[in-house]
Amino acid sequence: MRDLFNSIILLGAYSLIMAIEWTVLNAVDVAFTEASVGAGITTVILMAALSRVKRDEKINIHGSRFQFSRFIPLLVVFFTMILLIYGTMDMPFYGDPNAPSQTYLAPDYIERSEHETGSPNIVTAILASYRGYDTLGETTVIFTAGVCLILLLRVFKNNER
Amino acid sequence: MMIEFIAGKYNYWMASVLMMIGFYAIISKHNLIKKIIGINIFQTSVFLFYISIAKISGGTAPIIWEEATKYDNPLPHVLILTAIVVSVSTTAVALALVIKIYKSFGSIEEDEIRSMSVEETANRAAK
Amino acid sequence: MKDDVIIKTITRIMLPFIQIFGLYVIAHGELGPGGGFQGGVIIGSSIILLALVWGSAEARDRFSQRFNDILNSVGALIYTGIGAVCVIFGGFFLEYGKLPFHSPEEGNHLGMFGIEIGVGITVAAVMATIFFEMSKKYDD
Repeated sequence: MRDLFNSIILLGAYSLIMAIEWTVLNAVDVAFTEASVGAGITTVILMAALSRVKRDEKINIHGSRFQFSRFIPLLVVFFTMILLIYGTMDMPFYGDPNAPSQTYLAPDYIERSEHETGSPNIVTAILASYRGYDTLGETTVIFTAGVCLILLLRVFKNNER
Repeated sequence: MMIEFIAGKYNYWMASVLMMIGFYAIISKHNLIKKIIGINIFQTSVFLFYISIAKISGGTAPIIWEEATKYDNPLPHVLILTAIVVSVSTTAVALALVIKIYKSFGSIEEDEIRSMSVEETANRAAK
Repeated sequence: MKDDVIIKTITRIMLPFIQIFGLYVIAHGELGPGGGFQGGVIIGSSIILLALVWGSAEARDRFSQRFNDILNSVGALIYTGIGAVCVIFGGFFLEYGKLPFHSPEEGNHLGMFGIEIGVGITVAAVMATIFFEMSKKYDD
């Protein structure tokens, strides 16, 4: 029997390492969000869900025959990986200042955001002012998740719903 | 030439390796919670792909600073901020569904659930 | 558990500082890393910490279920309310320049601040809701 508790702790450690990686890549807002949401909230709600289901995973004791069907996922994964690496042959180099993603809209936003919105943080200025409608959509998504949880897991007595 | 090629593209390869690890966890593990952990790893690899596209060599974080010459591209940061919040909402709803599955089937292993017959489920619901 | 006293004492000291730090991150979202989501998650995790150390019955006493359900939607209402006020003053939805302040830049600045507060409230309340609903056993 393999314990699921260990897998959840490893996921928390993985989220923390990814948060350090975002800091190395100069993405400080993303690092803050990943450290607080990934290493904090995801680990806690996975543990809370684990307390209501079985804690151990069942290990199949496979028979003595060599079953080919156990290797199919591995073959599919290798094949997809070769396709993905073939797809990255044309992409621009890492850190290239002349790549199409760096020359289209980003210099406009970087120049205009300080004196149009009055906030030094360009990411917050884009999130709240230039793309404020998308942030409204995101708030709706997290509100919907809260409502879904209430409807799925709360027990209403005597037609309180 | 070969070293330049590898140094220019290794970030995409790292993102694909992580993506394949998550994908393998989703399709080959039988336990439902391990599948959800695989979905999380998959989402993290997509974020790594986007943020590594945004980086300019010699650039600094996109907060206005007097001594900076070049700034990183702030648009992928905005996209990924929204995506991280959506990912935690999806994980929460998926875990609520797993709890409901456990209450009505009695186990969270996918092969056991698939082979459970209709009358066993009805017996368990009637209890 | 014999270590109850240590954990409860440290939590008792740390909780107000955690909440103030969360408010700081929301309010200074424009000057450095941070913003509505990050600060909201920090305030939400202070409520989860209260529930982890003292049990969720006691935490539910201090932060009642009705208040939690109302706060879930107040944040989104603040966001949409600011957008509607912009329409009333003659602009498009969420065009902060038309708010009646001295100049469009100041309207932009204060509109962004109001939005971050709304987002922070919703995110904090939803994090607490997720944890409480998932950990409560209705004798099953």
